[in-house]
Amino acid sequence: MEQKWVVFSLADNTYGIDVQSVRSIERMQPVTRVPNAPAHVKGVINLRGVVTPVIDLRLRLGYEELEATDETRILIASLNQGDAGFIVDRANEVVESDEVRIEPIPESSQDMLAAHLTAIAKGEDKLFSLLDANALFEDQHAE
Amino acid sequence: MDVNEYLGLFLDEAQEHIQSVNTQLLKLEQSGGMDAVQEIFRSAHTLKGMAATMGYESVANLTHEMESALDLVRGGKKASNQLLLDTMFTAMEQIEEMIADIESGGRGANVDVSATVKAFQSFIGHDEPEAVEAADSPFTVDLYTDSVIEQAKQTGFEAYRLHVKLSDAVVLKAARAYMVFDRLQELGEVVRTVPDTEAIEQEQFDLSFDVLFLSQETAEVIEHAVSQVSEVDRVEVHLFTAEAVGEPEVAASVEAPIAPVVNAVPTQNEVEEVKEQPVAQAKTIRVNLERIDRLMNLFEEFIIDRGRLERLADEVGQPELNETVEKIKRGTNELQSLVLTLRMMPIEQVFNRFPRMVRSVAKDIHKKVQLDISGAETELDRTVIDEIGDPLVHLIRNAIDHGIERPEVRVQSGKPEQGRLSLRAYHGGNRVFIEIEDDGAGINVDKVRAKAFERGVLTVEEAANMTDNELAMLIFAPGFSTADVVTDLSGRGVGLDVVKNKIESLGGVVSLETSVGQGTKFQVSLPLTLSIISAMLVMAGEETYAIPLSSILETTLLDEADILTAHRERVFDFRGQLVPLVYLKEMFGIDVETKSQFPVVVVRKGNKLVGVVVNDLIGQQEIVMKPLGSYLEGIPAISGATILGDGRVALIVDSNDLF
Repeated sequence: MEQKWVVFSLADNTYGIDVQSVRSIERMQPVTRVPNAPAHVKGVINLRGVVTPVIDLRLRLGYEELEATDETRILIASLNQGDAGFIVDRANEVVESDEVRIEPIPESSQDMLAAHLTAIAKGEDKLFSLLDANALFEDQHAE
Repeated sequence: MDVNEYLGLFLDEAQEHIQSVNTQLLKLEQSGGMDAVQEIFRSAHTLKGMAATMGYESVANLTHEMESALDLVRGGKKASNQLLLDTMFTAMEQIEEMIADIESGGRGANVDVSATVKAFQSFIGHDEPEAVEAADSPFTVDLYTDSVIEQAKQTGFEAYRLHVKLSDAVVLKAARAYMVFDRLQELGEVVRTVPDTEAIEQEQFDLSFDVLFLSQETAEVIEHAVSQVSEVDRVEVHLFTAEAVGEPEVAASVEAPIAPVVNAVPTQNEVEEVKEQPVAQAKTIRVNLERIDRLMNLFEEFIIDRGRLERLADEVGQPELNETVEKIKRGTNELQSLVLTLRMMPIEQVFNRFPRMVRSVAKDIHKKVQLDISGAETELDRTVIDEIGDPLVHLIRNAIDHGIERPEVRVQSGKPEQGRLSLRAYHGGNRVFIEIEDDGAGINVDKVRAKAFERGVLTVEEAANMTDNELAMLIFAPGFSTADVVTDLSGRGVGLDVVKNKIESLGGVVSLETSVGQGTKFQVSLPLTLSIISAMLVMAGEETYAIPLSSILETTLLDEADILTAHRERVFDFRGQLVPLVYLKEMFGIDVETKSQFPVVVVRKGNKLVGVVVNDLIGQQEIVMKPLGSYLEGIPAISGATILGDGRVALIVDSNDLF
């Protein structure tokens, strides 16, 4: 089956996430803070009547926090345990698998990120890391 | 035929039939009766047909054997006996296992039923004519009666068979019979009568009746005493010999018209039968729960928009608009209660499995327990129904295991041999109450206290101020398992704290009353519906929180100067009681100054109070409770979220965590 990825930016890096697991891409909206939740959990939003948790992907992947801009988006992903949102700097495009080559992650890459990456996608003018969305949420308690 | 399409229906109906058979079996065991036999036969027959159509032969075969055995009983060719009853109970358990297997994708061939089939066949195979001695004596004897007679004989009693005939001119048959029993009672003990006492009381007998009687007196004395009763025509007294009955196993028949007599004299306090009201068959349709949930979700959205609309109308202040909004409000209120009742189901579904469970648990640990159920028609939210079963099972097992004493102990302390377990459900306000009450030994509070000291759960100082019931509640504390208070019947070793947690997760509260030697009553109170609650909205800094009204005692204003310090804790004087203060901003890490005068929301948990300091009170509102989702489970002091009129999410404070 042909794969597609939603490609987005975080700081200077580009990441891709399987389009199958993305339900929608939302503009930034008011987030209700959840006290005593892990730091990278920004809070919860009202997504068409469903209370949905949102995590700040910058904090989750060890980048510095950034004020929301016009370009800030929330990727709503459908994960094993329900829907969750990921705040990203910018959602760029949808890339199809014939545009890129999939390569394994270099062994030298940083540990923290590597745990959530599945592969590297390379194209003519593209280079992005494939993220495992489930892993991002699931092992948050383990850390 | 594509059976998959019908699988859901088959499973549902099979469950219903199994349930019905179990209920009727218990009825048959307790009071006999052809109705029950007929019902069981019908259900077994339907089960057989359904299973055969679906191709589940194992189920069909077993139900076929059961049906054949019952057919003999139904046709009067055979009397039912304890062995058959036990076999049928076993068969139903096995069928239940098979159904469970089918439900999880199997073929229902997971159970070895050969022993059960053999038992049915040996019952069917016995062609002996019905008890030979029946011609001579109206009494056939079961093992119970047999042992009673045996015991009596050892203590110098003799068993007599009395045939009493009243005069043809008798006017008040029942009254005369009563007088006969009265006389007999002075001389010994009535074991049984034919017809049974109830029938005699209702004058459902010709002019004569038979009595099985234990006495130390001679036949002449008995005859004389009974013949003294006026309008008694004739009394025959014979020695009764159980040996004539033959092999006890085979002839152990529980013939329908003979019910064991609990009290010799037909008085009012005879064990009341659980009268089943004839259920009027309401017209129903089966609706997929998912559809109802979707309806609920849509409706919740609607309620939120209604709130928004109300606020807008207030701002605009146009009378006609206000009027329309008011109408919508009334309409939706009605709609709300209607939609909510769609999810309501009678708790019967949960209660139904208990009679059989109580029977088997009691049997396993050699106790005698009578279960009384009332209020099974009480309705509860479907979600609660699904979840409340296990905690109740736990409490009931606990009551049988640790509450009700062994028969010999009960007799020693002057109680009836058979323990009584009452299961009640009823509505009260917007809550549903479920009570489990036993007449057992009660909780040994001293033991609980000692254990609590040992575990460091309790200080001597604290204990001094606690009532017995409060101390007994400690059995629900985590890790509080002493062999004496916590059940481990099935070897699962789950403590009562799990029960408490489960109940609380459903928005419920569990409490207990115990009295040594007299029994224990557990009370579970549950919210009628889970999703829509009244709450007080409060502000802490910029954040809005909702506190469920059900836990709020009242709100009050407090001056900075009125804060006292006790044990390095901030407290305030609330009507002469020192109540600790909890600052919501500290609890939730909100950076804001508290003014010199601030609102306090006094919440309670049991009879403990806490004052929650907030920055502002917004007001009371109906809110729709939504889960935070599994990712954010276990956040302290937050029980869920709700969506406010402006579309923002507000978190719901779990005030239980503030104590």
